[in-house]
Amino acid sequence: MSLDTATVRRIAKLARIRVDEAEIATLQTELNAILGYVDQLNEVDVTGIEPLSGGAQMAMRLRPDICNDGEMPEKILANAPDRAGEFFAVPKVVE
Amino acid sequence: MSLTDLTIAQAGAKLAAKEISAVELTTAHNVAIAALNPRLNAFITTTPELALAQAKAADALIAAGKAGPLTGIPLAIKDLFCTEGVRTTAASKILEPFIPPYESTVTAQLKAAGAVCLGKANLDEFAMGSSNITSGYGPVENPWKRHRSDAKLVPGGSSGGSAAAVAARMALGATGTDTGGSIRQPASFTGLAGIKPTYGRCSRYGIIAFASSLDQAGPMARTVEDCAIMLSGMSGFDARDSTSAERLVPDFRAATARSVKGLRIGIPAEYRVEGMSAEIATLWEKGVAWLKDQGAEIIDISLPHTKYGLPVYYIVAPAEASSNLARYDGVRFGKRVDGEDLIDMYERTRAAGFGAEVKRRIMIGTYVLSHGYYDAYYLKAQKIRALMLRDFTLAFDKVDAILTPTAPSAAFGIGEKMDDPVTMYLNDVFTVPASLAGVPAMSVPAGLSAEGLPLGLQIIGKHFDEETVLAVSAAIERAAGFSAKPTLMAGAN
Repeated sequence: MSLDTATVRRIAKLARIRVDEAEIATLQTELNAILGYVDQLNEVDVTGIEPLSGGAQMAMRLRPDICNDGEMPEKILANAPDRAGEFFAVPKVVE
Repeated sequence: MSLTDLTIAQAGAKLAAKEISAVELTTAHNVAIAALNPRLNAFITTTPELALAQAKAADALIAAGKAGPLTGIPLAIKDLFCTEGVRTTAASKILEPFIPPYESTVTAQLKAAGAVCLGKANLDEFAMGSSNITSGYGPVENPWKRHRSDAKLVPGGSSGGSAAAVAARMALGATGTDTGGSIRQPASFTGLAGIKPTYGRCSRYGIIAFASSLDQAGPMARTVEDCAIMLSGMSGFDARDSTSAERLVPDFRAATARSVKGLRIGIPAEYRVEGMSAEIATLWEKGVAWLKDQGAEIIDISLPHTKYGLPVYYIVAPAEASSNLARYDGVRFGKRVDGEDLIDMYERTRAAGFGAEVKRRIMIGTYVLSHGYYDAYYLKAQKIRALMLRDFTLAFDKVDAILTPTAPSAAFGIGEKMDDPVTMYLNDVFTVPASLAGVPAMSVPAGLSAEGLPLGLQIIGKHFDEETVLAVSAAIERAAGFSAKPTLMAGAN
């Protein structure tokens, strides 16, 4: 499978990364090299194999659904690029 | 012997006997860092004053008779572990202004044990790389040199700053993290021991996430015993990590003294890859002979899906990374670049904040998870990952541990292997399978290349059997008698 330039632009958009027109060709070559490399997985017959999603050989633990942390707005906002009171501030979304 | 040349075990004994103080030990390391770090760039942030304050506190603990094996031991902390009040960057420009308001569990445990934090070690950006070249804060130089050459070599990656710091005697040990080989390959490139424990052994809480189903913390140090001492301090159950293992932490240090007599050691045929260099093959044969001499039984085994490890990894890890790194959007922390609207702000922030390799991996991950491609790439990779785990499970019915080379080559030059991303990825060919299966694996220095550079052997064990891995590694270490030292190190010039 080989990516065309339109697909590279679409992936960049989905990934929320601004890509200049001049970078598209290089990215296309690099991404296709990686996808070309992983194509060898098509040789493997995986009929009837259950996917392995995690590294842990265990069932996920559950905990009671209660709040066990919080009440620290200053700590949480300390690294915010912009804030308004006790909120994160972002550019206006709706006029 | 110089204070910076001690092992953790030796320094601990001298501190306990009050032959030296923690302040003296830390000061010696602060001096070494001031002298060497401007050249090697092993630390992104140094914390000499914090280190001295912690050393004073350690001396008080020792005086009160409350010291443990890590009390007063100066360590480098990979800049992927959140440290409260100390800038944590993941070597990314996007986190340049980030000062964590909390501490990772692993570093909190080390602090509680009285260890001293010398600074935050450089790494590949978000731990994505095998050379430290992708760091947003400049590459790390390997303190080792080829014979008659001053060419700058990479220390490996992603824990390359940790590796260079310990090899150059700027720290007695360091924390690393390993997602596909990021502790073991740099350990091999710098003549150190380093262990990636079983997935779930060390808490991931507060470690900046790359690929959550693979990321695992571990120690890097100059001896296997030192790694064991550190691993005991770093391990243990943590309710704040949903994949943390509810298991008791064994006496890892005691395991390093165990005999390997009667142990069954597997030699996997599939690791004899095409084009393996003669010196790597010879080193591997030496390792076999050393273990045989000490009474281990050598058994040929097969791990049939080994060759698919790297391609599986380069689907699974970017997929998880694309999801984990979605949080860097210029809203809650890190850098922001203003834009015309919210989406434009996200896109400009991420374009300016991430380096080329991180962008590539996010984009690959986005693609393999996108509608219409998920089954063909991500699901398929997860199924082959299951087959790789089965390979190990079947092998471990017959053997107690597996011996392989750690990396296909010795350290290479800064600027080499940069032709295309896949060439760089091949560095991890021997380390990735254990990561995908979640089993523990360790690199131990075993010899020098013809050019005078360190080479490591890798020991892979069963889930939660780090003790056997440490015992076999210590046996290799004893037989190899590795005593070579790097060109650039504290006290050498």
